[in-house]
Amino acid sequence: MSYDPTALQTEIVRTHIIAVLVDNEAGVLARVIGLFAGRGYNIESLTVAEVDAQEHTSRITIVTSGTLPVIEQIKAQLDRLVPVHRVVDLTIETEPMERELALIKVKATGEKRVESLRLSDAFRARVVDTTLQSFVFELTGAPGKINAFIELMRPLGLIDVSRTGVVAISRGSEAL
Amino acid sequence: MNGEKMTGAEIVLKALKDQGVEVIFGYPGGAVLPIYDEIFRQENRIKHVLVRHEQGATHAAEGYARSTGKVGVVLVTSGPGATNAVTGITDALMDSVPLVVLTGQVPTHLIGCDAFQEADTVGITRACTKHNWLVKDVNDLARVIHEAFYVAAKGRPGPVVVDIPKDVQFALGAYVGPANVAHRSYKPRVKGDLERIKEAAELIASAKKPLFYTGGGVINSGPAASQLLRELVRITGYPITSTLMGLGAYPADDAQWLGMLGMHGTWEANHAMHDCDVMICVGARFDDRVTGRLNAFAPNSKKIHIDIDPSSINKNVRVDIPIIGDVAHVLEDMIRVWKAKVSRPDKVALAKWWEQINIWRARNCLAYNNSKELIKPQYAIERLYALTKDRDTYITTEVGQHQMWAAQFYRFQQPNRWMTSGGLGTMGYGLPAAVGVQIAHPESLVIDIAGEASVQMTMQEMSTAVQYDLPIKIFILNNEYMGMVRQWQELLHGGRYSHSYSESLPDFVKLAEAYGAVGIRASKPDELDDAIKQMISVRRPVLFDCRVDKTENCFPMIPSGEAHNNMILGELSTQTVSQAGKAMV
Repeated sequence: MSYDPTALQTEIVRTHIIAVLVDNEAGVLARVIGLFAGRGYNIESLTVAEVDAQEHTSRITIVTSGTLPVIEQIKAQLDRLVPVHRVVDLTIETEPMERELALIKVKATGEKRVESLRLSDAFRARVVDTTLQSFVFELTGAPGKINAFIELMRPLGLIDVSRTGVVAISRGSEAL
Repeated sequence: MNGEKMTGAEIVLKALKDQGVEVIFGYPGGAVLPIYDEIFRQENRIKHVLVRHEQGATHAAEGYARSTGKVGVVLVTSGPGATNAVTGITDALMDSVPLVVLTGQVPTHLIGCDAFQEADTVGITRACTKHNWLVKDVNDLARVIHEAFYVAAKGRPGPVVVDIPKDVQFALGAYVGPANVAHRSYKPRVKGDLERIKEAAELIASAKKPLFYTGGGVINSGPAASQLLRELVRITGYPITSTLMGLGAYPADDAQWLGMLGMHGTWEANHAMHDCDVMICVGARFDDRVTGRLNAFAPNSKKIHIDIDPSSINKNVRVDIPIIGDVAHVLEDMIRVWKAKVSRPDKVALAKWWEQINIWRARNCLAYNNSKELIKPQYAIERLYALTKDRDTYITTEVGQHQMWAAQFYRFQQPNRWMTSGGLGTMGYGLPAAVGVQIAHPESLVIDIAGEASVQMTMQEMSTAVQYDLPIKIFILNNEYMGMVRQWQELLHGGRYSHSYSESLPDFVKLAEAYGAVGIRASKPDELDDAIKQMISVRRPVLFDCRVDKTENCFPMIPSGEAHNNMILGELSTQTVSQAGKAMV
């Protein structure tokens, strides 16, 4: 068997962040989600919010995984949806900044409570709510950082997590 | 007109009129009564054709659209009206047929309350439309309808749904004309990239074993595309094959025509596809019926793919030169580039290629054992073709063996003459599609080549044909079996014919008479010609019960999961199908 580097490249499954600019109209999110469900693509994370109130456009950030041909097909299928203005694979076309916000509730007393506070400081998490038995930490960062913090909190009394999913933007002076 | 207030129902009719709509296929109900009232009051400026089931309305609109190049319009009520239309809408999506489907909806204040005849129509049809809208404000209605026509017809055509709550139909609002509507985001590209086209022309000229592989996109691009295709094929001297959906774009009587390719394509077309070194795919989408086993599909070829839908590129098969654009635009540029440049095909190589193709042709793959006792279905279609080819004829079909025999034995010379359900494979398509074709072409001969199983799925539309005096001919190849199911059971399931035989069938002659149509039966080969002539001469709807050989199979056939050069021509053997192939449909 000869070694074919292009064949290999098309078989590697990678994570991609795709930004989609859409008209903020009824059902647009359902169209995007329905496309992923109907064609069997993965969604690892999805965020959406209006980004231009005057133009009524929303930006959807999708974290998905697949081989390059699959990602290409996902982009083409998204672009075909009528209310979609623009589809950009941020992972391929730019070097994106990615951020996620998490709210993390830890219930603990004594040494564990002190330790959770000390670690939160190291992660630059903020305490946004507290009782005598609990903290709610607010943390932003790339998903890996949040994952790491959650794993540290687990033995210290982690009881609840809420995450926004990833938002991303390209570095440099270019817009989407 | 701007600023003048009208009711929503008036807006619907005015918008349709301004879009040039001549015919609506529909069925009334509670949630569309205001629109029907407006149809009544507008003194029949737009013709309304009352079908017998909403699926019939969608297929009739498809037949109308495919035979004219115009957008087909459907009007149905909420709930069951909309859900009954879903099969036809999905069919139109798969075969890229432009439809605007207007559905009534319960009043806005009842949406979400599980009201009588409420269904989440935009939710249900989201996956089977190109786009859909729920219009909650009467002031959006005119704009949305104009956008709907734009989206349905532009780019790769497809069906759209506009869901209109009943209170919006009564409400007063402002009308805007089509000229004032520009779509914000949907602007499909029609001109191909000229550099790519030049690159493609070079590759085409360098080919030693070239093949044009064309599809429904040529038809959808309009009559000019078919003319340009003919010119390009002629000036290159290359062979051409087509998918089921593309039949008629290139004349079947021409010497460069190899016949249809794919699962029931010809020996020469499929072998040429397998062996070609340059494939020029024009408006086709590498469907699994065409490609067979993907890793054995035209293994030594460079591929050029012209398609208006970027998502069709590299979806099933990786191509070397993709050209995104409308077929007619791209072919026009391609011909100009071809004529201007110097490099020309290798005449010696091309002659050798044709020599090989003629060896494949000599297998005479569509040959069948004719009979003096039984009407062979192939013979029936050969005779039908012989007796109708000099007329102004349109053919529709149902789905199954008869459809494949029609594709193989009816020789189409022009585009828009062949209406069949290719992508979705909808049994019951042909009869209502014939209704739509005949509405568009009242003086033409419109024939549905049918099977006795398929045609019973929408048989009630005979009543529509009688009501509107539409002389459609339903030519039923009656073998009492769901023939293609039976063929697959013979091939894949050891001849265990599970529920593929119709233990009871209606007497189609009496059934025709019950509808007020004409029934004709032929059971022997020597009766066939006279019976067909009688069918043609009757200016009324006809059910033709053509009793054919019950166990005839459709060949050639690429068993599922196999490569193009593993076609079978005759005797079926279960050994020819792999386990992986058996799992495929």
